[in-house]
Amino acid sequence: MAAEYKTIVSLVRDRPGVLTRIASMFRRRNFNIISLAVGQSETKGLSRMTFVVDGDDATIDQVIKQLRKLIDVVSVEPIGDRTMVARELALIRVTATSATRSEITQIAEIFRANVIDVAPDSLIIEVTGDEDKVQSLKSLLESFGVREMIRTGRVAMERGLALDSRRNGKTTIPQA
Amino acid sequence: MKMTGAQIVFESLTREGVNVIFGIPGGAILPLYQTLPEYPNLRHILTRHEQGAAHAADGYARVTGKVGVAFGTSGPGATNLVTGIACAQMDSIPTVFITGQVGRAAIGKDAFQETDIAGITLPITKHNYLVMNASEIAYTIKEAFYLARTGRPGPVLVDIPKDVFVEQAEFEYPETVDLPHYNVQPAIKTEALKQAAALIKDAKRPLILAGHGVIISHAYNELRELAEKTGIPVITTLLGISSFPSNHPLCVGMPGMHGMAYASLAIDEADLLLGLGMRFDDRVTGDLKTFAPNAKIIHVEVDPSEINKNKHATVPLVGDLKTVLQKLLPHVQPKTHPDWVKRIDVLKKEHPPVRSIAANGMRPQAILQTLSKETKGQHVIVTGVGQHQMWAAQHSTFVNPNSFITSGGLGAMGFEVPAAMGAQVGRPDATVWSICGDGGFQMTMSELATIVENNIPVKFAIFNNGFLGMVRQWQDIFYKKSYVATNYTRNPDFVKLAEAFGMPGRRVARQEDVLPAIREAMAHNGPMLLDFMIPQEENVFPFIPAGQSTAQLMEEPVEDLAHGG
Ligand SMILES: Cc1ncc(C[n+]2csc(CCOP(=O)(O)OP(=O)(O)O)c2C)c(N)n1
Repeated sequence: MAAEYKTIVSLVRDRPGVLTRIASMFRRRNFNIISLAVGQSETKGLSRMTFVVDGDDATIDQVIKQLRKLIDVVSVEPIGDRTMVARELALIRVTATSATRSEITQIAEIFRANVIDVAPDSLIIEVTGDEDKVQSLKSLLESFGVREMIRTGRVAMERGLALDSRRNGKTTIPQA
Repeated sequence: MKMTGAQIVFESLTREGVNVIFGIPGGAILPLYQTLPEYPNLRHILTRHEQGAAHAADGYARVTGKVGVAFGTSGPGATNLVTGIACAQMDSIPTVFITGQVGRAAIGKDAFQETDIAGITLPITKHNYLVMNASEIAYTIKEAFYLARTGRPGPVLVDIPKDVFVEQAEFEYPETVDLPHYNVQPAIKTEALKQAAALIKDAKRPLILAGHGVIISHAYNELRELAEKTGIPVITTLLGISSFPSNHPLCVGMPGMHGMAYASLAIDEADLLLGLGMRFDDRVTGDLKTFAPNAKIIHVEVDPSEINKNKHATVPLVGDLKTVLQKLLPHVQPKTHPDWVKRIDVLKKEHPPVRSIAANGMRPQAILQTLSKETKGQHVIVTGVGQHQMWAAQHSTFVNPNSFITSGGLGAMGFEVPAAMGAQVGRPDATVWSICGDGGFQMTMSELATIVENNIPVKFAIFNNGFLGMVRQWQDIFYKKSYVATNYTRNPDFVKLAEAFGMPGRRVARQEDVLPAIREAMAHNGPMLLDFMIPQEENVFPFIPAGQSTAQLMEEPVEDLAHGG
């Protein structure tokens, strides 16, 4: 059965405990988060979160509604796969010797990834892109030995002005 | 004006119209309590356990529709409130809990009596706060009460560190809250109202499923008008009982696990269900796949997340039930459904709730019917959780709106005693009967002391079967009568216990003593306890096992009738 992932972007009040509150809701409702990225938004006092959630349409509908119910959540918008710009950042520490270093650097270049640290026996590569790109680069580097990897999880925006214009003045809970 | 944090709490509570608080003090909340005498209009009821305070605040809120308030100190005081908070959350009861916390400097240091009560109650409150400055108290309390009573109501907890109670701050009570994205009154689309009216017009076998939302939004008159105008029979969920008079010709009763067989069977045959302020709980629906297989659904609910959560709604209507019904009523056309009503009457005759009551001595069903007859249904019934709860739901008459108080969602044993206390405090003129299980009663019976101390005239009826009856019933049916850990072989003498607490008690072991005992309790000017010795192995029927459909419905076996007494 193919996994069904959905991206949801949410604006939340920047208060102590908000992350716990949201995580607690996900756990209590038995929703499965694939990734969660949080950071400041353009507005002071509001953070923006990108959720990637696993579930069928009915589950995603519930995730959205349950998120909207939280008092600290200001807006919740699902983002369609086709209208989405989605990126994630990964740092990959790969084993490198003088013999393999230039080959690894070449692979990184093809992926428009950067080498950001060089040590005698390893490199750190920084890559930005969608999950497939990150995954492909990692697979290619595996033959050299991936020692450590960290990924931020997906951040996403809707193309054009859609999300902003929808949010302005429309923070009501829409009818089901 | 400058005030201490504690004064600000009481000033704010006063502004919110609070006049009763239930609670127990302790070190961390002491600065708040020591300020209480400055507010003589606030009645504080000192309970014996914080769970008692929480359920009492809940019972008070249910009967009055006001916000119930309970206090607890930090740590164990706060954790003792937890069951009561969870109960209020599951049943959407407007409540505000104020807890003391250790001083700000000690937070996070595992200080004496420190618990992260805000963390603990995250999943069981509508919202909660840790207030770190006295200057935030007034706004926080304003917001807490607003959240507790609006939209889908629920419990809100405000945790305040000890030193914040003594800190000085400027007091000014805010007039409004600043929650632009919290929408209590979503716009109701005329289009949806018309669609609903069209479904109602076309339906041949429609049913109204009235839930707790009718009571919460005080939509009794609107429900009645809708039923009478459209001729649609009304089924009430457990928490919807008393949202519609049980002696009304269109009242069908409760469906589901221990509902009336005819109510569940009628749902099977219905072609339209109007779910009004209810949430298609599993105790109502059983197996969702076979629930209401032929029915389109109009679902009216204040909480959008309930729409399509369990059951797909053909027409969803999100909003306060009373408002939605007021807007819907002009769209619906007058109608009657004589054939359908006749069909339900046939189902009623074929599936009587109990096949015979008269011959069987101390049957709980008969006791409850006698009680209702004696009060003419003019009572408030508060129950615990278990068999007695289901019998009370099945066999009592409810004439007045909002006269059945029970822990529906959480199913918290121990609710019966303190919630009845809170209900009686909220409705001093009502005759409040607490229908207790001998098991649940023993969980919170210490509140009898509070009840006597404050002369709160609740009448207690223990349905004493010496068992954790409902669990025993499951053991009977699913585990070949292997009664593991459900038998209280030596219960205390509840009559002597009542007397020890300071109220009269009577043991009622013979059928002919039932009515005189009820009369004596009603005539007694104060609290009184009756200990009804009911058959030990009486079961609740009908019974649809969890997750099953009406095809698995069990009714009272005929052989039981011979030795029911
Ligand atoms: C606090 C709590 N613990 C356990 C249960 C599980 N439980 C449900 S019904 C029941 C038996 C109730 O016994 P009693 O109060 O004597 O009522 P009866 O069923 O005999 O009428 C139990 C143990 C519960 N609902 N609540």
